[in-house]
Amino acid sequence: MSTLTLPTPLTTSPEPGHEERLLEVSMGPQHPSTHGVFRMNVVLDGERVVRLKPVFGYLHRNHEKIAENETYLGSMPYTDRLDYICSLTNNWGYALAVEQLAGITVPERAEYLRVITAELTRLLNHACLLGFLLQDMGASGTPLMYAFREREKILDLFEALTGARMMCNYMRFGGCRVDTPAGWLDQARKVVADFPKFLDEFEKLLVSNEILMERTQGVGVLSRELAIASAISGPMARASGLNYDIRKVDNYGIYSRFSFRVPLGSHGDVYDRYMIRFLEMRESLKILNEALRDIPAGPIIDPKSKPRGFRPKPGEHYGRIEAPKGELGFYLISDGSPNPYRYRVRPPSLINLTVLEDLCLGHNVADVVVILGSVDIVLGEVDR
Amino acid sequence: MDLTAIQSELEKSIPGCRLEIVPNPAPAAQHSLVVDADHAVLVATYLRDFLHFDYCSNVTGVDFLPKELSEKIKVKKTVDGPNGPEEKEVDEVRKTTIPGYLEVVYHLFSTTNRTGPLPLRLRTPNRDLTRESLTLPSLTPVWRSCEFQEREVYDLFGIHFDGHPDLRRLLMWDEFTDHPMRRDYVDPDDYEYEPTAHDEVLARHRAHYSTGAGPAFPEGGGQ
Amino acid sequence: MIGNGILKGLTETARNFFGSYVSKDRLTTVQYPEQKIPQIEASRNFPFLVYDGADWDAGMRCVACQICEKECPPKCIFIEKSKDKKPDAVGKAQFYPARFDIDISVCMSCQICVEVCPFDAIKMDVEFDLPTDNRFSGLLLDRHKLAKSNDYYHQIHPTEASAVDAALAEERAKTAAKAAAAPPVAAAAAKPAAPATAATATSAAPQPAAASTPKPAEGDAK
Repeated sequence: MSTLTLPTPLTTSPEPGHEERLLEVSMGPQHPSTHGVFRMNVVLDGERVVRLKPVFGYLHRNHEKIAENETYLGSMPYTDRLDYICSLTNNWGYALAVEQLAGITVPERAEYLRVITAELTRLLNHACLLGFLLQDMGASGTPLMYAFREREKILDLFEALTGARMMCNYMRFGGCRVDTPAGWLDQARKVVADFPKFLDEFEKLLVSNEILMERTQGVGVLSRELAIASAISGPMARASGLNYDIRKVDNYGIYSRFSFRVPLGSHGDVYDRYMIRFLEMRESLKILNEALRDIPAGPIIDPKSKPRGFRPKPGEHYGRIEAPKGELGFYLISDGSPNPYRYRVRPPSLINLTVLEDLCLGHNVADVVVILGSVDIVLGEVDR
Repeated sequence: MDLTAIQSELEKSIPGCRLEIVPNPAPAAQHSLVVDADHAVLVATYLRDFLHFDYCSNVTGVDFLPKELSEKIKVKKTVDGPNGPEEKEVDEVRKTTIPGYLEVVYHLFSTTNRTGPLPLRLRTPNRDLTRESLTLPSLTPVWRSCEFQEREVYDLFGIHFDGHPDLRRLLMWDEFTDHPMRRDYVDPDDYEYEPTAHDEVLARHRAHYSTGAGPAFPEGGGQ
Repeated sequence: MIGNGILKGLTETARNFFGSYVSKDRLTTVQYPEQKIPQIEASRNFPFLVYDGADWDAGMRCVACQICEKECPPKCIFIEKSKDKKPDAVGKAQFYPARFDIDISVCMSCQICVEVCPFDAIKMDVEFDLPTDNRFSGLLLDRHKLAKSNDYYHQIHPTEASAVDAALAEERAKTAAKAAAAPPVAAAAAKPAAPATAATATSAAPQPAAASTPKPAEGDAK
């Protein structure tokens, strides 16, 4: 009955007396390419990976227990620090879960602002990731800096809107904290108008580069069935052919008003995962153009909401959004008090790591770094 | 996605399984299905293969402490009245204790039917923190995504999963002995000086420095 | 030809490199500290306490209601309420914080204290150049270090500060109008004391908007 497919560690059956052929290496927590304090115990036969066990927990801050002692609003700044690159989508996920738990409606302008900031965050995250891909493959930082140059423009937008570049703390239960300052929408439109030029440049760097194609095509193939069984979400799942984008499935917020496509990959290898993110950036630009054109005037927060004394009625709810890394879910159990009884973050990076061993077996150690980069993890989210 | 229909179908196909629907008072009404531990793997396999819940997105542990409910009820009692014993209705406070338990909640989705979360719950019989009481079947053979998350529930709550391929701690280090997310977890005394301590932190500050355990820093916050 | 893709990539790199000599857009490095990026108006770093007027102690808007202390997520604020009261900007006697400490090594700049303050007394500063060599007391800002004037607030956040000033002035005008429309009996009874209160009031709180408002009778000028 059990159809669990665990990765079978490759046994290269060393001859008796030659077991020392296998070398166990810890691609340790301090490593320039593991995207954070992440460790992998890799058993190697020469250059080939025979077993791989990920070890993490170095950044565990017990966010869930802290939230049990804080009010609902007090946890909002902590959600910024989960996936610290994309703080605004974390905020939205949490705000959405609480609003669905308590039955709060959000005014139109706030919904538009949420979509605009979330899609800008998606651009940020994917640009960051593509830059890091080329960096990990040895392009020693130059394309990374091009990507970060674009990122700086978006971070300036966030600073003008929310006050902080990364730890934005912008969403509230019932809307957004503060309205756009004068000239912000025009500045945003300018950034979005200039972005395709950067994407075209980056495309030239990526698409037909022989080194990149050799190193990423056919590497780290994830089949669709394994992706579904392991609950892989986000661009990684879509690269394996699973057509599941929560923006289209749940239709949360006002995403049903925008016309955008969901790019799907057919091979499920590293190359597909990067090209999917690249294509998603282009789709995000479409959404941003429409949203920036149609944003109405109006209140930005539900008039009945106030910052203090928020007590949702007892009940529980699981709310989720399509974060740039995958399905970010928040499970809240409320018992009527100002603090949640149970607060759980469903981190996409952690779940996407379930198949890391499957993807890396049989490949060389140099491919492990590239495959890990394509999974797109942020340790703040994996460890919470 | 009608839970009563799912429940009746499961009860027909898997004889002996005990299911219960837990209503959810929140507006979105994600009612959950409680399954008994003996038939959990069979129910999960049926849900995956025949009802197309192929995507187990989230696995959570919850610790429910025993709750004491007191309600005022009217009881007929014989009391001494002015004309001798007579029956009167008196208010009485009745206290009931709902025993605590630990729970593992699985949120299931269907990628083929695009249906929303079906929370599946497995409960331990009580809150005795013994190995027999805290054992639940692992659903990792059914959905591979439970692998890391069940390890996390083991790590933070102490629930042992039977049938898990590799049950060891995930977030805490291997030699750690307690289970941090339980409601009765007590922090170890490794307190560090804080200049703006209040309330419980201030009490720990006083307790810690009065035992001479640390350097004699002046109390910043509360004199 | 093999290597075509790499050559295309190299032309991109060359375009960026040579382009940085001609186009400002491509040369993004700012030579800090000789050059500094101008502050974006809304940016925030750590909180500070606003005071009106020239005296930081007397003009502080904070009335030690301790709401920010309760709502602060990492609990980095410590307030001790005073035992006595002193007159605030409109002459009303209010408590004041005898101690107001913020531990900026704990503060995460979330701005929740600013959001919940009912008196617009605590706002976000933009100074980030705060190194110190004393681990414990260097990063613990007390009342004096936190107090900065309303003029400074206007300098760093002009739109916000003007909005706050306008809101405060409106509130004071409303309370003054209510006091003026208060039962004339009370005013008649207070008539002998009125010249004395008017004299002390005008000397205690120089407020441009309050020039024509009679001070509330329960001020401690009584």
